[in-house]
Amino acid sequence: MIPAPFDYARAGSVEEAISLLGSDPDAKVLAGGHSLLPAMRLRIARPSMLVDIGRIADLSYVREDGDRIAIGALTRHHDVANAEVLQQLCPIVAHAAGQIGDPQVRHMGTIGGSVAHGDPAGDLPSVLLALDAGFVAQGPTGTRTVAATGFFTSLFETALAPDEVLTEIRVPKATAGWSFMKFQRRAQDWAVVGVSAVRANGGVHVGLTNMGLTPLRAVGVEEAVGGGADPASAAARADEGTAPPDDAFGSAEYRRQLVKVLVRRALEEALP
Amino acid sequence: MSRKQMPGVIGVFTAADLDDAFPAGLPMVWPITEDIKIPTHWPLTKDVIRFAGDAVAVVVAGSRAQAEDAAEEVAVRATELPVVLDLEEAAKDQVVLHEDLGTNVVVHWSHGGGGDQAIFESAPVVVQERHLQPRLIPNAIEGRGCLAYGIPAAGEFTLVSSTQIPHITRVGLSITTGIPQTKLRIIAPDVGGGFGSKLNIYAEEALALALARQLGRPVKWIEDRQENYLATTHGRGVIHDCTLAGTEDGKILGLKFVELADMGAYFQLLTPGIPELGGWVYMGPYDVDAYWYEFTGIMTNATPTDAYRGAGRPEATYVIERLVDAFARRIGKDPAQVRRMNLHPPHVDAQTSIMGLNVDSANYEPTFDRALELAEYDQMRKEQAARRESGDVRQIGIGLSSYIEMCGLAPSEILGALRYVAGGWDAAEIECRPFGKVVVRTGTSPHGQGHDTSWSQIVADGLGITPDDVEVLHGDTAVSRLGMDTYGSRSAAVGGEALRQAVEKVKEKARIIAAHELEVSEDDLEWADGAFRVRGAPDKARTIPDLATSAWQAHSLPQGVEPVLEGTAVYDPPNFTWPAGTHVCVVEVDTETGKTDVLRYVAVDDCGVVINPMIVEGQVQGGVAQGIAEALYEEAVYDGSGNLMTSSMTQYLIPSAMEIPDMILDRTETPSTTNALGVKGIAEAGTIASPPAVINAVVDAVSHLGVTEMGKPASPERVWRAIQEATKGSPGVSGGLDGATPAQQEGGAS
Repeated sequence: MIPAPFDYARAGSVEEAISLLGSDPDAKVLAGGHSLLPAMRLRIARPSMLVDIGRIADLSYVREDGDRIAIGALTRHHDVANAEVLQQLCPIVAHAAGQIGDPQVRHMGTIGGSVAHGDPAGDLPSVLLALDAGFVAQGPTGTRTVAATGFFTSLFETALAPDEVLTEIRVPKATAGWSFMKFQRRAQDWAVVGVSAVRANGGVHVGLTNMGLTPLRAVGVEEAVGGGADPASAAARADEGTAPPDDAFGSAEYRRQLVKVLVRRALEEALP
Repeated sequence: MSRKQMPGVIGVFTAADLDDAFPAGLPMVWPITEDIKIPTHWPLTKDVIRFAGDAVAVVVAGSRAQAEDAAEEVAVRATELPVVLDLEEAAKDQVVLHEDLGTNVVVHWSHGGGGDQAIFESAPVVVQERHLQPRLIPNAIEGRGCLAYGIPAAGEFTLVSSTQIPHITRVGLSITTGIPQTKLRIIAPDVGGGFGSKLNIYAEEALALALARQLGRPVKWIEDRQENYLATTHGRGVIHDCTLAGTEDGKILGLKFVELADMGAYFQLLTPGIPELGGWVYMGPYDVDAYWYEFTGIMTNATPTDAYRGAGRPEATYVIERLVDAFARRIGKDPAQVRRMNLHPPHVDAQTSIMGLNVDSANYEPTFDRALELAEYDQMRKEQAARRESGDVRQIGIGLSSYIEMCGLAPSEILGALRYVAGGWDAAEIECRPFGKVVVRTGTSPHGQGHDTSWSQIVADGLGITPDDVEVLHGDTAVSRLGMDTYGSRSAAVGGEALRQAVEKVKEKARIIAAHELEVSEDDLEWADGAFRVRGAPDKARTIPDLATSAWQAHSLPQGVEPVLEGTAVYDPPNFTWPAGTHVCVVEVDTETGKTDVLRYVAVDDCGVVINPMIVEGQVQGGVAQGIAEALYEEAVYDGSGNLMTSSMTQYLIPSAMEIPDMILDRTETPSTTNALGVKGIAEAGTIASPPAVINAVVDAVSHLGVTEMGKPASPERVWRAIQEATKGSPGVSGGLDGATPAQQEGGAS
């Protein structure tokens, strides 16, 4: 339960972090450390260097920015959950952040870490996917914004380049109706299945947690709702295009059933 | 990389390197039958890796990090062998773990039965069920660890170990390592949790001692959580074939159980005896005419099993209580009514039970009635009926569990008859220091049970001083010489009673000195208000601190009285103690997802006289939480190759405070006749009573849908599958997920 040897460097700025990452192809970014460090302790992850961005103070913020809300990548889950701007203008994000792990995790883990880790079982990625969030990445050649729909490429893999640092998450205002359903065995667990339903960007969008290699959108459900289907009939399509895992928390078959129940309940709550 | 090249590495050792270190293997002290087959269990395996956790090499380095780095580089050349994990498969002996034994079926023990066995076929109602209880991982939050050091030139060694049993460990490790008991000191400091998992003598303890001796330097070992899951004993892992014989009107005539028990890959200290510990309570608190219990112990390629909180008695209580509910369903009666009419009649004195041992005292009905009252049983049944009527997605279930335990381990004569190697006595020494303080040395070895507090109370009450003036020393073989340690809810009933007797001895001596100083005869003294007082002249008095001081000064002692006020007692209990109680659990089951929430939990226990109510409540709360965990969350799962899949707290689900409900606790008090304190024991009641209460509640919540079978743990998926199975082909029944929900809604509207 002790990590393999590694080097450690603390970055004072995003630019310094990018340069450190460029110097070592096996380096990893350390933010809150709540996904990376357990993996390192089990020696599943063996980065040669950790680039600690945790003390870059100007990456922790939540602010209104035109028709969007901008969230600094290093904002802790606890601060996301308690940000008034989000509670009022995009409550699903604040609510979901408040359901992550336990208080200790929420005080250390960051929204950027959660996104960049690309864990299909994470709570926030599928919420951000449902919201069509934008992810701002800074690299050696400048800054770009990646759409959430193109960000999560595979299991624990994202569109971020090895020398890019995620700096900001941009979400739309979404107050018209939403629901976040996390089905877990224990309060602090990852979701066996999670569902977020939200009216945003002119439609009803549904994100799924832990139903495949990446966070997913329930495209069939969205299509059905768009076509006027009631929640129950729309929810019957909830497992279309999914590839749920089969593990100690539930078989794939069970997850396929569970997602239908949760989507129905989420739609009923989000679209009263 | 050679061992020399790795930074900080002091040595790497295999069994061959330590061949001379162990004159004997690790001890197993309960060969329960004459023909039991006992595998040799070396601290490092010499030939075959029989389970994930069977160590092949040990790395000693300057730090844990260096040792882990080096351990990663140890290459094991091994031929993959077939494994067997399923009990019935293992019994076929197609794969045999220990070639020299020739079979995996290493022990068969039969209670022998009581009453008319024909009843199990001829009774008007015969209920037969098979129940599986999966392996559990005990999960003391504080893992095991030890530190061995010594003066090799003097041959003296000390082992500081996270153990429940320093005294027994001294005897056992002396045999394994060849270090004489006179040169071996065991210290059990603040141990943390145990739950039976530290009621053992482990390979790592033997290795630490042997390496400290070989290397001439201290050797420390601290396990991590994965090592804990692999190499610390597991619990449960049993299959029962159960038979209940009864009448149509609800009388239970007989209970019969035939058990298969997973021993794991080796015997640990008590492995084969654990099922037998349950073998004396398979009648529950019921008055039955016929009794049968037998079990077969089978080796499998998994971590050895051994005591886990309750040790045999939770396994027994689970199947009895599942069976009673099945019986009630079969004859269409309320399970509370069936239990109540079958409770054993009360008795103030010890009375021989159907299973052949004497139950110390019993008064089950008031306990039972109080539990139902606190649970608002009738009200809950009404609520349940209303939800069933309305077809609510969330259904309510009510589960009961009435139990009896066998605690206060144990009368040595009976242990001898049961072929246990040691006795069941315990010891206490009281030393009254001059000017008021008292030192207690107890043979019990608390690790969270609060003996410092309770023992102080016993002594303070007895000697007329305050608990603050009592210092309780324990857990060090050089400090408390004699003892049998802490397990099996024995400490108050055996060690506490020993202490009470030591108090009496102190007072006997103190009375002689008091009479001498007050110049009266001993008969003229009475013990009142914390002092020996002259009858009729209560101001003429001597307190224990007064007398302790004069006994220490020894300036003027009566003839023949030795200096120093002290008392020692070694107490062998004449009987076990038999706590009992009834627990009621109310759950809500989401019939669409299978998820269970515990809405209400009531525990009414009778553990005899209570010394400290707060400690008793804490024991019940913790025990019930562990039992709820067993019922709804925990299960050790292996893959087909013998890898433990639930190898961390991420996969092995220990519930948090968020999942455990507030509990409603109460007690009745039926004094034990076994000891003068009247205490029975409480440490295991919660884990014994609660699993069947919870599972019975889950089944009850969905029984109207046709569900009667339910495995442990009742995970959401398992409950959902049971509902699916039961409602297959019955459209419109609540609980169907796959397209059934909208159909049901439409059906409800039509």
